[in-house]
Amino acid sequence: MNPQAHFVILPIVLPFAAGVMTLLVDERHLAAKAAISVVMTLTLVAAAVMLLRFVDVDGTQVYRVGDWPAPFGIVLVADRLSAALVLLASGLGLACLVFALAHWHREGPRFHTLVHFLLMGVNGAFLTGDLFNLFVFFEVLLAASYGLALHGSGPARVRAGLHYIVVNLVASLLFLIGASLMYGATGTLNLADLASRVANMGDGERALVESAAAILGIAFLTKAGLWPLCFWLAPTYASASAPAAALFAILTKVGVYVVLRIWLLLFAAGSVAPTAFGSAWLAVGGMATILFGTIGVIASQNLSRLASYSVLVSSGTLLAVIALQHPMVTSAALYYLVASTLGSAALFLLIELVERGRTAGADVLAVTAEAFAADTLSIEADDGAGVPIPATMALLGLCFVACALMLAGLPPLAGFVAKFALLDALFRTSPIPPFAWTMLVLLLVSGLAVLIGMGRAGMRRFWASPEVAVPRVRVIEMLAVAFLLAACAAITVEAAPVLRYLGEAAQALHAPRGYIDDVLARP
Amino acid sequence: MNEVVVAAAIGVLASSGVWLMLRPRTFQVAIGLSLLSYGVNLFIFAAGGLRVGAAPIVAAGAPADPAALADPLPQALVLTAIVIGFATTALFLIVLLAARGLTGTDHVDGQESDA
Repeated sequence: MNPQAHFVILPIVLPFAAGVMTLLVDERHLAAKAAISVVMTLTLVAAAVMLLRFVDVDGTQVYRVGDWPAPFGIVLVADRLSAALVLLASGLGLACLVFALAHWHREGPRFHTLVHFLLMGVNGAFLTGDLFNLFVFFEVLLAASYGLALHGSGPARVRAGLHYIVVNLVASLLFLIGASLMYGATGTLNLADLASRVANMGDGERALVESAAAILGIAFLTKAGLWPLCFWLAPTYASASAPAAALFAILTKVGVYVVLRIWLLLFAAGSVAPTAFGSAWLAVGGMATILFGTIGVIASQNLSRLASYSVLVSSGTLLAVIALQHPMVTSAALYYLVASTLGSAALFLLIELVERGRTAGADVLAVTAEAFAADTLSIEADDGAGVPIPATMALLGLCFVACALMLAGLPPLAGFVAKFALLDALFRTSPIPPFAWTMLVLLLVSGLAVLIGMGRAGMRRFWASPEVAVPRVRVIEMLAVAFLLAACAAITVEAAPVLRYLGEAAQALHAPRGYIDDVLARP
Repeated sequence: MNEVVVAAAIGVLASSGVWLMLRPRTFQVAIGLSLLSYGVNLFIFAAGGLRVGAAPIVAAGAPADPAALADPLPQALVLTAIVIGFATTALFLIVLLAARGLTGTDHVDGQESDA
């Protein structure tokens, strides 16, 4: 085995080592913890970049842990999609850690350890090729996310965290039921082996596999936030501390990734049945999620809630379009996944900076202000020359506009490229299915809703009366937000190679034969 | 007969777990989650087929006859599931106590319903 092959396991081992190391350092030496954290996360990002280039050149990498051959031993599989998502998660982790260095990592114990274990779970879930290992990595990331959701404490976080924990524990139990049912029906837990066995099954035997898949689907879709399994999401994300909420932006995508991976592997259209099992449910559920998220975005008075509902809109969009099972649509969806994750994470970080200057209860005032026409009274007091907007506010405003453009899908940023690619792919098929028209309307309406919601909120924050205190923002916090927005800009400028890469990833997803052969090949 | 007893046990555990989980007090939810996870653990165990007096390990020197052995995989899975379930339940208990301390009530919503 050449040393390069070990890159596959690095995205799991590095955060694990970092988590253990930061756990061993006493809470009083926070600077040492922070140094370890940043160095290890930089190494992780570098390793993820190497893995991505390696996979792009040499194709899918199968890592046999302990060198046991595939259906018996545990395997890690890094294909193009996994490598890209590992890089996305690691980069996001870096931004959130750097952001937290300003003050959030001091607000509660063991912030660094939790972040690293979360990254370990997320990367593991992206890389594993085994259903039960997926469960273990899910639990790792969930356990870390329980801690992060409660980071900073306070009644709102504890109340939302309580619901979050119960919902996810039940989802984990459903995962276990599904996994053991799958094992009982097929006698294997290796995803590739599972796929090849399901393909050879008769119609009668497949009923049990399909019910197992449906139970697993409920567990994953709860994580992805499909309506009506998503009511826990908005309160949890809105009350979590800013760096935690930004990290959580990737968690719904883990759910989407797992659905995409397992569902296409087991039930890709044409391999066992003309239409894939459950695709209608996924399409309708995804559309309902977009609608629910859109209404939530319009109705939110609080910026964090608005951001949470926009996360729902993006996961609804993803779930609805992947139900179509078309490689071109999937590749556009993957681009949308990357763009929306970066955009919503940047927004979560930015919100905390913007809200910092405001006093508690300002949201309630904002709701009543319009009802009582409170704005009109103060206009005459101005001398007409206007008040210059402070530089910090201007910078924050600029970032806010960038986030709004990303999430609403307006040019020139990646959000537009993503939505355009999606619509283009949807209308490539002839005859154009009614589904495409419905999606067109939903995508445009949800984009408009995000624009209205963010425009309204932005006007209140940035064009408010000058007596509102200017938030005190540290350079390092702006740096983290700027890093995420620069990543958005980078995937916009380099859209062609990114789309080429994700297109190949989607092609591989829709031709599971290659994945199965790679994993089950004798070493 | 064995199958009926095990199936009934799983059913009773799961249904009482679900019922308790839908109750408004946090402690009832915690107990409900525990019962449900016991039911699920039994279910995983049963997924490998119910066998009496069969070891999951090949005896030293004896020929490996799959028919005489119990399936070791569900046993390994159930062990992992028990450990993870135990840890998350402990974590949930801590959050339950924190919620009780911060809100002054043990209602799952942090406030008594008005009805």
